[in-house]
Amino acid sequence: MSGFPELTSGHRPVGVVSFAQYDNVRREDAHNEVEMLMPVVAEVFGSIGITKDDVGFICSGSTDYLVGGPFSFVTALDAVGVWPPRAESHVEMDGAWALYEAWVLLQEGEIDAALVYCFGRSSPGDLSEIMALQLDPYYMAPLWPDPTSLAALQAQALIDSGRASESDFAAIASRARRSALANPKAQLAYDRSPEELLGEDYEVAPLRRHALPPLTDGCAAVVLAAGDRAYELCERPAFITGIDHRIETHAIGARDLTRSPSTQLAGEKAGVATKKVDQAELHAPYAHQEMILVDALNLSDDVALSPSGGALAANPMMSAGLIRIGESARAIWSGQADRAVAHATSGPCLQQNLVCVLEGV
Amino acid sequence: MTEPVTMMAATTRLDYVFTAGVAQSKNLHGLEEGKFIGQRCPKCKKVYTLSRGSCPVDGLPTDEIVELPNTGTVTTYCVVNVPFAGQSIEIPYICAQILLDGANLSFMGLIQEIPIDQIRMGLRVEAVWVEPDELGPTMASVKYFRPSGEPDAEFDSYKEYL
Repeated sequence: MSGFPELTSGHRPVGVVSFAQYDNVRREDAHNEVEMLMPVVAEVFGSIGITKDDVGFICSGSTDYLVGGPFSFVTALDAVGVWPPRAESHVEMDGAWALYEAWVLLQEGEIDAALVYCFGRSSPGDLSEIMALQLDPYYMAPLWPDPTSLAALQAQALIDSGRASESDFAAIASRARRSALANPKAQLAYDRSPEELLGEDYEVAPLRRHALPPLTDGCAAVVLAAGDRAYELCERPAFITGIDHRIETHAIGARDLTRSPSTQLAGEKAGVATKKVDQAELHAPYAHQEMILVDALNLSDDVALSPSGGALAANPMMSAGLIRIGESARAIWSGQADRAVAHATSGPCLQQNLVCVLEGV
Repeated sequence: MTEPVTMMAATTRLDYVFTAGVAQSKNLHGLEEGKFIGQRCPKCKKVYTLSRGSCPVDGLPTDEIVELPNTGTVTTYCVVNVPFAGQSIEIPYICAQILLDGANLSFMGLIQEIPIDQIRMGLRVEAVWVEPDELGPTMASVKYFRPSGEPDAEFDSYKEYL
């Protein structure tokens, strides 16, 4: 045991001590959600030698809209097993927000460890229609705008602001997919130059195919542990020194889509700039969004961006955010990074953002 | 000048492809053959019918397949007297929780061929299946359950399943 880092958020050091994710695939049509989660939960516990009986809280993130059935988050608990009765909660959000809830509970000091898991499949329904239903139901949802079209409006606004070009988007996609070659869980990885990628057709101008995330079925899980318990379970826990999330208005027309003030504020509250950042795992499903996030977090050029390939390599709904935290933790455990920033997003065009700073001692 | 629009209907419909999964596929194929399939938990040894592939108590895969008989016990019931939209059965009718012999989880089924004032907890029942050429991977393969004629089950035999 070698002490705890200084905390910007909270007063009790809580570390990510285990992480597991499903093989990210385009279409998982052999296994249901429970069958997908079971091996992931078994791995996240098994790799640190604990069981469900060793965690005092379970929190999950998912949405029934993806499954097409009510209370799918309740049946998903069958993957963990909840007898004797468990303290348990769910957020209709990415697992990163479920992690936030678990972190808050751990701050209160009554429990020492928590399981966080999430699942999301893009394949059962038409994602472009399903995602339209998260929009304001009066003025936006009846128009059924798909997420790629909304992201394209954002990308065009970024180009119009003079801060980006289509070549920048291609360079980001090229780098992310090349990084993903080293990620065994990546769904989409390749070694193609930005010039080659610019030869692709537009999906929705100014976004070409490479600037879009893949459609992914997947799930993930993390174990959090507080204080000394973290060191019992992990040689070098990835301690959460800062965590914060902020949301912008649902009225897309009222936002400056080229900026992410919610990310900026969350980053400030989480203390991103207080020390050197080694790497940042950014949940930027569309390539141009990485530029907006880098600006908002004021990351310098020497920060390694999304070494896993990020959401451009695999984008399981409700899970890609928690996976950013898991990948960051893994970099801390291995010593590849001492301080990592993980980011998760939700809503159209980066409407809501969570920033989590992880540090190893 | 034309009247302003004060209201519009925005209809929503989403279509899904349902993934039954490995475990539920086995159950559904069983129904297609006129059989109930259960799955046993490797730890607590409980047998689940219509399982999604895990033991909800232990969180473990229920890999062992168990073929279950056609007979079971009514653990509890309800006489439906209220008409509702889409009702396909004439009221009053009996809806019951049925615990198949050898299973540790009950499910809901329709009870027929018994006067409604004679329905009771512990009643022994058997499944009546649709004609062989109508069997499919669906619970609709079971037309209903009816009294099997056996003596009622002892309360102690199903008290854990209420």
